[in-house]
Amino acid sequence: MSLLHLAIISPFLLAILVPIAYKLFRQIHTGWFVLPLPILLFSYFISYLSITSDQQSVTESFSWIPALGIDFTAKVDGLGLLFALLITGIGSLVVLYSIYYLDKNKEKLNTFYVYLLLFMGAMLGVVLSDNLIVLYTFWEFTSFSSFLLIGYWYHREKSRYGAQKSMIITVFGGLSMLGGIILLYLMTGTFSISEIIAGSDEIFSHSLFVPALLCFLLGAFTKSAQFPFHIWLPDAMEAPTPVSAYLHSATMVKAGIYLVARMSPVFAEHSLWLWLIAGFGITTLFWGSFSAVKQTDLKAILAFSTVSQLGMIMSLLGIGAAALHFETVEDSYFTVATTAAVFHLINHATFKGSLFMVAGIVDHETGTRDIRKLGGLMNFMPITFTLAIIGTFSMAGLPPFNGFLSKEMFFTGMVRVLEMDIFNLDTWGLLFPVFAWVASVFTFIYSMVLVFRTFTGKFQPEQLEKKPHEAPFGMLISPIILASLVIIIGFFPNIISNTLISPAQAAIMPVEGYKYDTHIYFWHGFTPELFMTLGVITLGVLLFISLPKWRRVYDLFPEKLALNRFYDSGLSGIQRGAYRFTKWYMNGSIRNYLVYIFTFFIITLLSVLFMKDAFKFDASNVSAIRFSEIVLALVIGVGSITILFVKSRLTSIILLGAVGYTVALFFVIFRAPDLALTQLVIETISVALFLLCFYHLPQIKDEERMPFKATNAVISIGVGLVVTLIAFSAYSNKSPNSIAQYYIENTYEKAAGKNMVNVILVDFRGFDTMFEITVLAIAALGIFGMIKLRLGGGKKNENK
Amino acid sequence: MIEIILMLSLGFLALSMMATIFRLVIGPTTPDRVQALDILGINLISAVAILSVLLKTHAFMEVILLIGILSFIGTIAFARFMERGVVIERRRHK
Repeated sequence: MSLLHLAIISPFLLAILVPIAYKLFRQIHTGWFVLPLPILLFSYFISYLSITSDQQSVTESFSWIPALGIDFTAKVDGLGLLFALLITGIGSLVVLYSIYYLDKNKEKLNTFYVYLLLFMGAMLGVVLSDNLIVLYTFWEFTSFSSFLLIGYWYHREKSRYGAQKSMIITVFGGLSMLGGIILLYLMTGTFSISEIIAGSDEIFSHSLFVPALLCFLLGAFTKSAQFPFHIWLPDAMEAPTPVSAYLHSATMVKAGIYLVARMSPVFAEHSLWLWLIAGFGITTLFWGSFSAVKQTDLKAILAFSTVSQLGMIMSLLGIGAAALHFETVEDSYFTVATTAAVFHLINHATFKGSLFMVAGIVDHETGTRDIRKLGGLMNFMPITFTLAIIGTFSMAGLPPFNGFLSKEMFFTGMVRVLEMDIFNLDTWGLLFPVFAWVASVFTFIYSMVLVFRTFTGKFQPEQLEKKPHEAPFGMLISPIILASLVIIIGFFPNIISNTLISPAQAAIMPVEGYKYDTHIYFWHGFTPELFMTLGVITLGVLLFISLPKWRRVYDLFPEKLALNRFYDSGLSGIQRGAYRFTKWYMNGSIRNYLVYIFTFFIITLLSVLFMKDAFKFDASNVSAIRFSEIVLALVIGVGSITILFVKSRLTSIILLGAVGYTVALFFVIFRAPDLALTQLVIETISVALFLLCFYHLPQIKDEERMPFKATNAVISIGVGLVVTLIAFSAYSNKSPNSIAQYYIENTYEKAAGKNMVNVILVDFRGFDTMFEITVLAIAALGIFGMIKLRLGGGKKNENK
Repeated sequence: MIEIILMLSLGFLALSMMATIFRLVIGPTTPDRVQALDILGINLISAVAILSVLLKTHAFMEVILLIGILSFIGTIAFARFMERGVVIERRRHK
């Protein structure tokens, strides 16, 4: 196990110690014990930058289940490192923020930090694993720890609802991804991502390729909250704000993005990959930004904004995949989209993290997050206001912040879609830049709503629970660092271009012997992108000012069409349906269950008999029939059939006895004296027991014949017929060889007995006898227990 | 010769058993049926005896004895049951 492995699992190890620290040091906020680890990990991962900047990678392997090809292989390349830095970097800031956000006396801090550390370790595992099964294991760990974190305030109904919803949706996707992993394994015979990528050319035409692709995409889309699976993300806002900032803006929701980026070299050759990702991404982008405008809760706005920004990154990855599909990467005509995706991924993590923290501060200091109650906070919280301005302006894509740069590149990518030369793109391809542009206008509007409705306008002190004031400095540190990053990356984007972006690109679209070289410029000249941005700003400002006038547009969309309604009614519908189905067939009547069992018996055996053409009737081995056999068979037949039709129960018991004795007689004429003896005794005892039962039956006034039911008749005749047919076929196919000869020869020779039946019972096959004895013992003890042991209301039924 | 006679007696026994079973099925009252069952047992004894001779074996002698005992016990039990309602009485001297 190398240091790298230790780094990945160190959060899990620390998670074990956190409750101990919590119990021992009640005076110190538990967060302080946690904080050093992400910082340490962050500096550790920084040391890899020198390797990945050369677009190289480091692989460390640790044997886990080698027989199944499952090894904990950790691989650090550009993409993995970028995510690892995001996870540990923002992780440190979030832990720091949470120290000031969560009260050490009111909250259960031990569980919070255990969950958070579990999540951090799982996320590191996802992005640094090279083995798909290990990746899947960590993937489910993120779903699970996210579930715990969303339901952190488990006494609230809405927290539990949000946690359950996110669990159902993300685990659904996770399982489909597992399906994809297995399909990939079937195609390539390996779980290692590097090996799969190396052999990806061969699987392209495999029949399982498209199903695997779809399975992976389903996993990625559910995790990354893509349309229509985005519905869990707004409900996950019931989590504490540090969790929302960490999981639901910067890290977990980007696991799907990571998966798409990671699997791009495998799947991107196929046009389906490209169009599905680009299509769903742009839809999510549009729908998320459109829905964000109507929200009134700060975190809800941020949630929908996250959805929309994730859609944007996703669509960029899709268009970037066109580079692999249509052209060689070296032309770098479409690769700009991938650059934009990676760049925006970083930018989004910085500004969205800080915005969530700002929302948390506003909530913490005023007691509400409802923008209808907020307003005019600018004078009370100048620093928070500044941070909000930086974050939202970057989100809206305004210069000089980093969002502007990635949005320009986004437009570049979208405009280039127009030049893709496939199926009639004169019409359909145009949708991409148009959707992108409209969505950007909405992005601009909700960004402005977020900052100006909260911090400017009329101050409404009567609506607020607390008197607002500036947050403590400790709470401001993290958003200040993130906002500084927004500005620094905005002004000097090239400090990350060749350290982070190019290596990540090299991992997304690996080309032998080609080095990516990225340069980001503020000024492209008078390009269409610039005019698009200007248009966004102009139209955005106009629409923001006139927002109260056209807000009613949202009322045009009835609640019924909302996806949440669909989810809720779907979930309860499934439950109701399953309940009804179970009630319908599990109705408690034993007769019904017997009908199912026997019908199934008849259908399966008959169909097998006919499908395999197994029925055979061969009379050559049949011995001659004697007169006495005919007579006995007649007796048994008449006796058995009469049992079905007699009125009185007593008669049927006696008839059953007669049948039993006749069977004993059969044993006599077929020369089985031991069987005959036993049969006679047992039959007598059984008849006596039946009589006992009969006597204790409740008095029935008029004993009636069993009512006739046609289904019963059909089924019983069917069962008899099937068994008879099988008996005939089995006898006709009987193998002439029997082991009986051995017993005949050796009963006296080897076992010192002349009675062959008894020698077989106690000598050759004595084990069976032993357990038959056991069965009798159990039956006897059971009967004794049932008679003697009367717990609870048994007294009532005591005999007179 | 002896075989023919044995077969013949077996045939008669069979007829007798059929008649007994007829009574067992039709028998208007329960005592009729119990009686039929008893006769059936005795018929069985004879049938097994004749069969043993026919099959030239003495492996079935125990069966004959057993049927005799069982038939007796069974008839007594039925009789007790019909008369007193129980087969084994419980002692209640306390």
